[in-house]
Amino acid sequence: MTALTFRRGGVSLRVERQTLVLAAVMVVLIVGLMVLGLCYGASWMSPARVFDALSGGRGGVYVREWRLPRVVATAVFGMALGAAGAIFQNVTRNPLGAPDVIGLDAGAYTGALFAFTVLSGTAVQLATGSIIGGLVVAGIVYALSLGGGLSGFRLIVIGIALNAMINAINSWIILRVSLDVAIAATGWNQGSLNGLSWGKIQFPIVIIVALLALLALRSYTMHQDSLGAALSVTTGVNARRLRLHLVLLGVGLTATVTAVCGPIAFIALSAPQIGRRLARAPGIPLLPAAFTGAVLLLASDLVAQILLAPVSLPVGVVTTAVGGCYLIWLLSKEVRRR
Amino acid sequence: MSTSRLTARDLTLRYGERVVSTGLTVDVPDGAFTAIVGPNACGKSTLLKALVRLIRPSEGSVSLDGRDVNAFPTKEVARQLGFLPQDPVAPEDIRVRQLVMRGRFPHQTLLSTWSEADEKAVAEAMSAAGVADLAERPVQQLSGGQRQRVWIALVLAQDTSYLLLDEPTSFLDITHQYQLLDLLSRLRNQGRTVITVLHDINQACRYADHLVAMKAGQIVAEGAPVDVVSAELLKEVFDLPCVVVPDPVTGTPMVVPLPGEH
Ligand SMILES: Nc1ncnc2c1ncn2[C@@H]1O[C@H](COP(=O)(O)OP(=O)(O)OP(=O)(O)O)[C@@H](O)[C@H]1O
Ligand SMILES: [Mg+2]
Repeated sequence: MTALTFRRGGVSLRVERQTLVLAAVMVVLIVGLMVLGLCYGASWMSPARVFDALSGGRGGVYVREWRLPRVVATAVFGMALGAAGAIFQNVTRNPLGAPDVIGLDAGAYTGALFAFTVLSGTAVQLATGSIIGGLVVAGIVYALSLGGGLSGFRLIVIGIALNAMINAINSWIILRVSLDVAIAATGWNQGSLNGLSWGKIQFPIVIIVALLALLALRSYTMHQDSLGAALSVTTGVNARRLRLHLVLLGVGLTATVTAVCGPIAFIALSAPQIGRRLARAPGIPLLPAAFTGAVLLLASDLVAQILLAPVSLPVGVVTTAVGGCYLIWLLSKEVRRR
Repeated sequence: MSTSRLTARDLTLRYGERVVSTGLTVDVPDGAFTAIVGPNACGKSTLLKALVRLIRPSEGSVSLDGRDVNAFPTKEVARQLGFLPQDPVAPEDIRVRQLVMRGRFPHQTLLSTWSEADEKAVAEAMSAAGVADLAERPVQQLSGGQRQRVWIALVLAQDTSYLLLDEPTSFLDITHQYQLLDLLSRLRNQGRTVITVLHDINQACRYADHLVAMKAGQIVAEGAPVDVVSAELLKEVFDLPCVVVPDPVTGTPMVVPLPGEH
């Protein structure tokens, strides 16, 4: 058999062996990249010294207070972006239907910019602002593409156009504000994991873990929905409610990450597709997408730190450079299919 | 006359501005094999979609046991009405067994997604549809007919009292067509209600207890095939000049088209 079955009392479950293997490999890879992230920084530390520092030894404060929160946040944010990508690609039934492509990141960033420039910019204001921004964009994309249905290519094209417009608005906001606010905001515009401390990430991580837990409860139904509009309903999916829940969860995940780091492009677009191919699982599976997101973001952040060391680039620069090529390839494939 | 748990009253069915049917009323006889026939684009699929609540009638209602189908919890309806669309699309990279398993969804809960009943129903559905040896094959790599039988297995695994099938014989070779129709007859004998769109009128006459002939969104005739099928009906519904003779094997009406003219 290629699958393991678990049955006890009223609980039953079937897991494909290859899913388990992939999950195990991914976890090892994520932990490995996290350790590497702890070793790497302004100066190289051997893994032995890192473990010593973690357990309270010399130089421990630096590792525990700066490098550790950074790698933990990177792993969690990567999972959030990968999962959000899988959500929207499932809802739109389109590999291009990722939050970063259809403007949700940019909209969340507008909301956060508003909180940053007009209000006082506390963590809660940033999170609320970006969630509202993301929801507004989701609403606009939905309203504009109503005629073509959620799965249409139309939604993607509208989203791309909207994304460009919102980016222009964001630049305009930044140009209007005072110089120091603008400098802070542009660094953040490219999606940066620099300077994360426990204080900044505690609240977002709690939110993301909660959203991922809620998502786990909906994931079985989400995968059932990949049967297509007709069979999904006739086999018992309440499609309306599912879509509403998924969009809310997806916007929540995207916006929370954006509130802390600014928009980090292309992880949400590419992780679900890479994860899907690695897992060889049906449709666009959630777990591989989340794990792949973490791996991609951790690896990108290492590259961002190493590339022009000692200057640490915003991770968004790296993901945009790599992901941009991927998007061009995907778009040309999608256009040719029509 | 037989009873009907599933009924449609005065339906107006439309896609946006395009009205397909008005005042459509159907009583699906319980425990019978109903075949819907009619020319392309006459609204057969639209009627099936309305019966399984995929499109909401803009007027009228579809009810099951006297209650509007949209008023039930959706999983409860899904345990009663199984549906095979005319052109289903499989998720990418799915294997046959995984696809058939999805038919079990209405019987599952968050905690129980692979019970012994699920396993048994999937195994039985795959063997009834003749796809047991394909279980581990990717659905995308199957032939059209093999794929069609996988979809049928999915609907069988759903284990519903009603089977609503939109052209289930398409893509199947002649042997598999008759095997499927025999299977549906056996299921009917076990008490299920079968409603299926068929393009082969002779198959419809041979297997159906109740025939529904549609044209331009309306029901032109319905009843037992012997009572309703005639050369006049075929002329009216399909604009096909023909003679109707008794089927040499079953004695049911058999349509033999006349040459030329069409
Ligand atoms: N999604 C849709 N949007 C708009 N019009 C539609 C849609 N689906 C079907 N129609 C139209 O509704 C009418 C009835 O279509 P339907 O699919 O019910 O026909 P049918 O009897 O099943 O035909 P066939 O034998 O070709 O399957 C047709 O004129 C068709 O063009
Ligand atoms: Mg049809």
